[in-house]
Amino acid sequence: MVAHAIFFYVFSIIAVISAIMVTVSKNTVHSVFFLILDFISISCLFIMIGAEFLGMIMLIVYVGAVAVLFLFVVMMLNVAQQKNQWFNSETTTSSHIPVGLIISTIIFFELIIVVGGWKYKPELSNPNTNQMFNEISNTHSLGQVLYTDYIHIFQISGMILLIAMIGAIVLTFRKREGVKTQSYLKQISRERSEGIEVLEVPSNKGVKIDD
Amino acid sequence: MNLVFEEVYKILFLLVPVLVSVAMIVWLDRRVWAFVQKRQGPNVVGPFGLLQSLADALKFIFKEIIIPASSNKIIFILAPIITMTLALIAWAVIPFGEEQVLANINVGILYIFAVSSLGVYGIIMGGWASNSKYPFLGSIRSAAQMVSYEVSIGIIIINVLLCVGSLNLSDIVLAQQNIWFIIPLFPMFVIFFISSLAETNRPPFDLPEAEAELVAGYQTEYSGMMYAMFWLGEYANILLMCALGSILFLGGWLSPIDLYPFNLIPGAVWLILKILLLFILFALVKAVVPRYRYDQLMRLGWKIFLPFSLTYVVLTASYLFYFNLLPTL
Repeated sequence: MVAHAIFFYVFSIIAVISAIMVTVSKNTVHSVFFLILDFISISCLFIMIGAEFLGMIMLIVYVGAVAVLFLFVVMMLNVAQQKNQWFNSETTTSSHIPVGLIISTIIFFELIIVVGGWKYKPELSNPNTNQMFNEISNTHSLGQVLYTDYIHIFQISGMILLIAMIGAIVLTFRKREGVKTQSYLKQISRERSEGIEVLEVPSNKGVKIDD
Repeated sequence: MNLVFEEVYKILFLLVPVLVSVAMIVWLDRRVWAFVQKRQGPNVVGPFGLLQSLADALKFIFKEIIIPASSNKIIFILAPIITMTLALIAWAVIPFGEEQVLANINVGILYIFAVSSLGVYGIIMGGWASNSKYPFLGSIRSAAQMVSYEVSIGIIIINVLLCVGSLNLSDIVLAQQNIWFIIPLFPMFVIFFISSLAETNRPPFDLPEAEAELVAGYQTEYSGMMYAMFWLGEYANILLMCALGSILFLGGWLSPIDLYPFNLIPGAVWLILKILLLFILFALVKAVVPRYRYDQLMRLGWKIFLPFSLTYVVLTASYLFYFNLLPTL
């Protein structure tokens, strides 16, 4: 039990410190690395409370895919310069600050609601009241709940993700003119008759090949 | 305290053979590559050149570690460490026999998948921290490539899991007692093999370190032991993918024929033989195929492998459902 507590405090301290460092560090790439460290320690916490499936999915989805895309964006765009422009410009006309304030207020109230629910409805956070069977592994029980009671919500969230994906593709898709692309069908189905043309070349005049 | 020592002993008992076999496998890779091209390969140091990797390691240890002045030093040093650590910790869940596994966790296959998807960070960090054009281009290529092929590997794993009904690696092996999954899922095995070539940046998908265009990709600025750590991590990852392939499709530690003389051989030997077989295939592929072009690589991953493996998931699921073969709890 002592070892459990020690590990819990180690992981949660790393999580909190790296979360602070995400916002504090000057270099944006460092921020993303701290964000990744945060994700990893959160997934360790998930594993510690016995939610091994959630912990692994957290690693695969957030660390393995989402954070890679974050890193790509931050490395490609010069975000650091823009950030410095926002904070160092004397005329603070940035319209991002009110939006950020609104979002952070909403998140703050959500946190209060969550903590309140935990405080006044302790059975919500108590896993023993849920239908947990010890013989069934975590993954099985999650699947049984997701695909029976919450199947509609699960499917709807899948649809929302699909629509978001299609939307992103439509927004960024543009057909460029004059780009040479390789068509495998065209290459494979080429015949000798259309590839080669035999011309009678009159002497001293030559032929004009249109190309 | 005794318990801790026991665990440490177990970990060393796993890691030291893995590291030694990584060194030997580099030699085997070069030898196979040379024989295909009618060359001799490394044959001077030790019998058949077996000690070549040791000589190389000594050379790497005594070389100076150069850290570029304009690099981001902490991340530059962290990158090879992360690559090698991630390549080694995944071995914790590989079962070498019934009950012969360091950590028999319920989500073993997800653990390996998660660790191998983290492997991309070593490369991105190394490429970015070098603060140089070639490493950066190489790391961007590599990250895009690894993320793309992970998707199809994930879906191939779903195919296997549909037949097993458990995420535990030992359960996956035990489910193959009647028939190895390579027979019903042969197309998936082929795609898994090609995707694991791409996942480990092996030829023909070695675009991240294409020496003709990018010098050595993300490793360009590394020298000495740090370069050797990248190298070790890469080969440990290749071995891991071979081990994963033999567990998912070739029946892991199970013997190919369940008869008297074969039963006596311990399971670990069979697993190692299967890993070696897959690795020799890897080495042969390196020797005989030219490098892919980058757009062809992406097309292969997203437009061919992904739809095909998704279709196969539907087929497998419908077959199992129709004949009532779906695994129960």
